[in-house]
Amino acid sequence: MSTADAVTGYSVAASAVSLNGLRKIYGDVVAVENVDLEVRAGEIHALLGENGAGKTTLMRLLYGLTKPDAGSISIDGATVSITSPKIARAAGIGMVTQHFSLVKTMTVTENLALQDAGFFSLDLAGARRKLLALCEEIGLEIDPDARIDSLPVAMQQRVEILKALAGGCKVLILDEPTAVLGPQDVDSLLDVIRRLRDTIGLSVILITHKMHEISQVADRVSVLRRGEIVATENASGMSIASLTALMVEGVQQEIVETGERSSQGTSVLAIKDLTVHLRGHDVISELSLEVRRGEIVGIAGVSGNGQSELVQALSGVFVHQTGEIHVDGKLVKGGSPSAFAEAGFGRLGEDRHASAVSALTVEENLILDRLHFFSKPGILLKRKIRKFAEESITNFAIKAKPDQAIGTLSGGNMQKVLLARLFGERPLAAVVSQPTRGLDVVSTRYVRQLLMVERNTGVGILLVSEDLDEILELSDRILVIFKGKIVGEVARKDFDRIAIGAMMAGV
Amino acid sequence: MIETLIGIIGATLRISTPLVFASLGEVITERAGMLNLSIEGTMYTGAFVGITVAAQTGSLTTGLIAAIIAGAIVGCIMGFLVITLGVNQHVAGLGLTLLLISASNTANRILFTNKDGMVRVDPWKPFDFAGPIFSQYWLTYAAFLILAPALWWLLWRSGIGIRIRAVGENPESADVAGISVARTRYFALALGGALMAAGGAFITLAFLGSFTINIINGRGWVAIALVIFGRWGIWRTVSGALLFALVSATQQQLRLVPALSDLPFEILLALPYLAVIAGLAITGRNVPYPGAYLKPYRRL
Repeated sequence: MSTADAVTGYSVAASAVSLNGLRKIYGDVVAVENVDLEVRAGEIHALLGENGAGKTTLMRLLYGLTKPDAGSISIDGATVSITSPKIARAAGIGMVTQHFSLVKTMTVTENLALQDAGFFSLDLAGARRKLLALCEEIGLEIDPDARIDSLPVAMQQRVEILKALAGGCKVLILDEPTAVLGPQDVDSLLDVIRRLRDTIGLSVILITHKMHEISQVADRVSVLRRGEIVATENASGMSIASLTALMVEGVQQEIVETGERSSQGTSVLAIKDLTVHLRGHDVISELSLEVRRGEIVGIAGVSGNGQSELVQALSGVFVHQTGEIHVDGKLVKGGSPSAFAEAGFGRLGEDRHASAVSALTVEENLILDRLHFFSKPGILLKRKIRKFAEESITNFAIKAKPDQAIGTLSGGNMQKVLLARLFGERPLAAVVSQPTRGLDVVSTRYVRQLLMVERNTGVGILLVSEDLDEILELSDRILVIFKGKIVGEVARKDFDRIAIGAMMAGV
Repeated sequence: MIETLIGIIGATLRISTPLVFASLGEVITERAGMLNLSIEGTMYTGAFVGITVAAQTGSLTTGLIAAIIAGAIVGCIMGFLVITLGVNQHVAGLGLTLLLISASNTANRILFTNKDGMVRVDPWKPFDFAGPIFSQYWLTYAAFLILAPALWWLLWRSGIGIRIRAVGENPESADVAGISVARTRYFALALGGALMAAGGAFITLAFLGSFTINIINGRGWVAIALVIFGRWGIWRTVSGALLFALVSATQQQLRLVPALSDLPFEILLALPYLAVIAGLAITGRNVPYPGAYLKPYRRL
């Protein structure tokens, strides 16, 4: 439910930024074509589009990180040539990307003071005052003397926003700001964005591909498809279905095959009283759970409640843990990743860039965790590897060549390679962490469908995800994790967003 | 006994002085994200240029200033290699060190071919007041009372300091904030090089009054270790230099103990270096290296 009042309250204002006929071509790829976009003063303007639709290019043009091949940008009605981020900032444009540009070892105040420092002069006290005044005006709380690396990601993001505002920003670009946040922090960020509009009349360009964020905060929404704006509408008038249709029209759609929901199989993964002691406290305490053949069990929780450690424990990298892990009824010892693999347990890590060795080729990555199977002592069996790689590429619809470095692949294709590696081994059970994080709509659908197919062939899957919608869509059962403990179990027929959300918050 | 202790303390301050100069110079460079392995060669350069100019002009101060300028120039050469050309920092630093040591020795041999092949000056004398502990060279006072506090202020309270830390930690964000990564790093290398050369010049202009082969004798490498021991902090690095000098001064005294006279003196000589290794083994794990350490910065 978008705020129709806000729209009428602020839409009378003139345009803060307008892009006129922008075009950008990389080589022979048209990234952005003939884009006209008007962002009004004091509005939250959502920019929706798939990965590769041109959102990022458009914002790079606006922030002076790249030059347009045609078209112009005007700010407050005057045409401006934005050739560097410095000029963009001077013109009142600020940007917060997913990769924060904060110096982590410095305090909040120092990060702000950095922008205005002279050769010797450094006004820490002034920066501190400015920060506190801004916080007061917007109604935010932040410790000006906290070191950035001591703050949670959600807080760091606020510092980024405050830094942009302290630099005199009138139009703030937020590039997929919720991608790095847990579900709870998303709501408070959206609240902050609303407050920025209402208290200081900030214009916000919100780049996203999450529909519900648009309906929650956006005043207007523009949809970008293959480099062109296909619609600009009042957000209140748009349903999720119509937005999706606009975004992916002409893009091949695949519906997730849900299959039969039954959880009667034998236990393939059982964890009993698992405790992991790290950094001076129990990040996982006496956790027990069971995954049966042919079911997906979703772990729902606010990030940082032990999910990462649970996944790590299941890859066998911890030595200091108590409790038992059984795979297919057999006890597997911690401290030995290969013992898990031999027992028939697979894993997809939360960070695909950490799981794949980016300098190695697709085929090398595919066989990395079972070299013994593809080599005679010391010698790689090239032909066998190539054959396996080609099969994987076909079976998992990977758009890549076997001898291509995996680092050159898109996120979706890289994830498919890792899934091919995981399921190519025919595991009995697997833990899959954040399988679609950062993927576009089409790749996300593919990955989810793949998980369903594997489940239907009998693999027991433990699904860890920060995306509650994903867990609700795929899981046969949901376990809620809070402070390293399972605090609730919900069967599919009883799925209820609000009730699960309350459990995640520890209520 | 008391006299020995006082002697050790006095010697500690003296021995630590060139290390304080050099290691603080390295702190500044590394805080900007660069490992400067030309430190040993820069110290040789400072030692040689210092004494040569002092001998020619008859002024020790002029010699020191010349050494400082030479150190800054070496820093800029290092900068040209690692910042402008993006050469690997290990290779550039080690290469410069090898070059500068040989160049200093060769120039020394060619320029000063009198009967003992040495240039001599009348070195600075320690101030003679308030007992042996305070009887120190003016550069020693300068190192502890002026240089260290000044560099602390520079690093933590000045605009250039915050820029140095920013480009060493996260050059991308510094660049986005409108800071020139290259210029800041050049500045850090030039300042660091000047300090390293001053440390080298202290040895010829205050300790010895002459230049010999092997005059720096690994002090530059020790300074590198001290920076890690000091976790890139001014005071902790100074403490490390003092600790190393204390062990050095102590072993000098131990060599005079009759009971230890049978021991090969090299074993005692090795003590301070063993102390460095032990110190790093204990404190050097999981140290927070500057984020952009060893990484050349290139815009995408």
